[in-house]
Amino acid sequence: MAPAPSPPALETRDLTIRFGGHVAVDAVNCAFHPGTLTAIVGPNGAGKTTYFNLISGQLRPTDGQVLVRGEDVTGLTAAARTRRGLGRAFQLTNLFPGLTVRENIRLVVQSRRGAGMDLLSRAARRTDLVDEADAVLARMSLAGRRDDLAGALPHGDQRKLEVAMLAALEPDVFMFDEPTAGMSVDEVPTILDLIRRIKETTDKTVLLVEHKMDVVRQLADRIIVLHNGALVADGEPAEVIASPIVQEAYLGGAIEHA
Amino acid sequence: MTAPAPAAAPAKGAAMARSSAPRSRLLSAVLVLIFAGLALAPFVFPGSQSLNVAAKICYFIVLAASFDLLLGYTGIVSFAHTMFFGIGGYGAAISLYALAPDWTSLAIGTLAALVVSVLLALLIGLFSLRVRAIFFAMITLAVASAFAILASQLGWLTGGEDGRTFRVPELLRPGTRLMDGTLFGVQINGRLAAYYLVYASMVLLFVTMLRVVNSPFGSVLQAIRENDFRAEAIGYRTVVYRVVINCIAAAMATLAGVLCAVWLRYTGPGTTLSFDIMLDILLIVVIGGMGTLYGAVIGATLFLLAESYLQSLMGAFSAATAGLPVLPQLFHPDRWLLWLGVLFILSVYFFPSGIVGRLRGR
Ligand SMILES: Nc1ncnc2c1ncn2[C@@H]1O[C@H](COP(=O)(O)OP(=O)(O)O)[C@@H](O)[C@H]1O
Ligand SMILES: [Mg+2]
Repeated sequence: MAPAPSPPALETRDLTIRFGGHVAVDAVNCAFHPGTLTAIVGPNGAGKTTYFNLISGQLRPTDGQVLVRGEDVTGLTAAARTRRGLGRAFQLTNLFPGLTVRENIRLVVQSRRGAGMDLLSRAARRTDLVDEADAVLARMSLAGRRDDLAGALPHGDQRKLEVAMLAALEPDVFMFDEPTAGMSVDEVPTILDLIRRIKETTDKTVLLVEHKMDVVRQLADRIIVLHNGALVADGEPAEVIASPIVQEAYLGGAIEHA
Repeated sequence: MTAPAPAAAPAKGAAMARSSAPRSRLLSAVLVLIFAGLALAPFVFPGSQSLNVAAKICYFIVLAASFDLLLGYTGIVSFAHTMFFGIGGYGAAISLYALAPDWTSLAIGTLAALVVSVLLALLIGLFSLRVRAIFFAMITLAVASAFAILASQLGWLTGGEDGRTFRVPELLRPGTRLMDGTLFGVQINGRLAAYYLVYASMVLLFVTMLRVVNSPFGSVLQAIRENDFRAEAIGYRTVVYRVVINCIAAAMATLAGVLCAVWLRYTGPGTTLSFDIMLDILLIVVIGGMGTLYGAVIGATLFLLAESYLQSLMGAFSAATAGLPVLPQLFHPDRWLLWLGVLFILSVYFFPSGIVGRLRGR
């Protein structure tokens, strides 16, 4: 991997969090550069979601820093980090259940455009926001559901909406946490197409937690492996998958040779 | 209330204006009936008692709707709403009493009350809205109790437990004749002018609140109610939004207090600060339907009509059933609060989303 000359889009330095005596994330040093897609793998409970929570500000670290384009954001709230370009989709679907699908997305567009304090216009008449929301919904093939309440959607569509909200945010750093988990086979391509399009047509930074090795192999420029909260491997996909530590620690020898 | 659920299935595109429209023929009809009924009240229901009830419905619509901004739209439980109502009432009262019974004093009193309310709401909000919801509820309870005690202690200013009776600007005084003779058998006097001032202000304030909840800002409030964690995660500083709506709601309650004072020509602890009123507002919003604003209109109308007429209705029923066992005692006018309680429980049980939710067929 050729080191990029610009500061990394995102960097964690000695990032650590302890819950009681349990170290969930253990001094993780890692930098993520624009235009790259990094897959984060590791067994359940390895600390992948917790690592995301520390980066996006849902949790405060016991130790270490999070830097966005070189700026230390460790002391900032989740909202402030989002406004600095970090975007996150959650592993456990996390919507506005009593609002319509379209309102869920429009709220995201509205946040990005800084229109939340607009007290004077009618939200439904802000066509700039609504049209953009509709475009996102069309791209995620959710247009037919736009007037349904988010909480009433079938599970697969809720997962899609979760990812669509991240797409609508258009952050500099996309963080996907198992975006295809629990989806039926025919719904998965919509999500993968979105991620592929971000990777191929933009210069954004993408972090992807994903268990399916074929997906990882297809999309990732780089794989990092977390195990018991520590970063145990980091490199090109083929190389990492073949490394003894991954064969043993993560894949448990299930995949013999890449 | 046993009307069948309206089969109001709005066209796909119409759902765009989701919360801005009543979204049900039956609901629209009920609302038109209430607003038209209130507009024509002096002529259709003549007599000072019915005019008092109509005026009270008007300022309670403003009071309850502003409470719904917090409870129904943002998911904030506040017990300080009657305090802001009282600040408006006392602001108008003190100014009209101490300065002069004219429009300038009324304007000064209203402005001063608004400043005090918004500053207090800002302070309470900044101090306690960043932490857990239960903490905010406790703080508002404490501040409101302290304020009620303060109001009764500062007798030289507020009139203490007796409150303040004062004169209003000349145009609004009962003795003022605005027209010779009568119109449809009703005298066109200052009382009528006062009623229409209250009514027009109510309509203006209600439309303003509708505007707020249907704005982009208003949808952030609903997002906070639905999932404040996610609202924060997509970039909204939820504390700021909570504090701002707390100030707006306080300002609206204050204006409702001014209307109440102008109508009653009196402000006292019992008419503005009492905890009973806080419970009444809560009941009105829950019965009418939280998070709809229209619920406040229907809730206030039903509640105040029941409060004013249930007793006499029960008296009549009790008399009619005299001689029968149990019934006369059960419907004795003194039991009216019990029956109001029963009605409340039934309505919450059968219409968990309030009357508005029921009329919308949900
Ligand atoms: N808020 C928390 N309090 C206590 N322990 C936690 C908390 N969040 C995560 N953990 C623990 O941290 C470890 C890592 O969890 P997680 O990050 O969800 O793993 P992964 O996403 O890799 O499956 C787990 O052992 C989990 O139980
Ligand atoms: Mg996880």
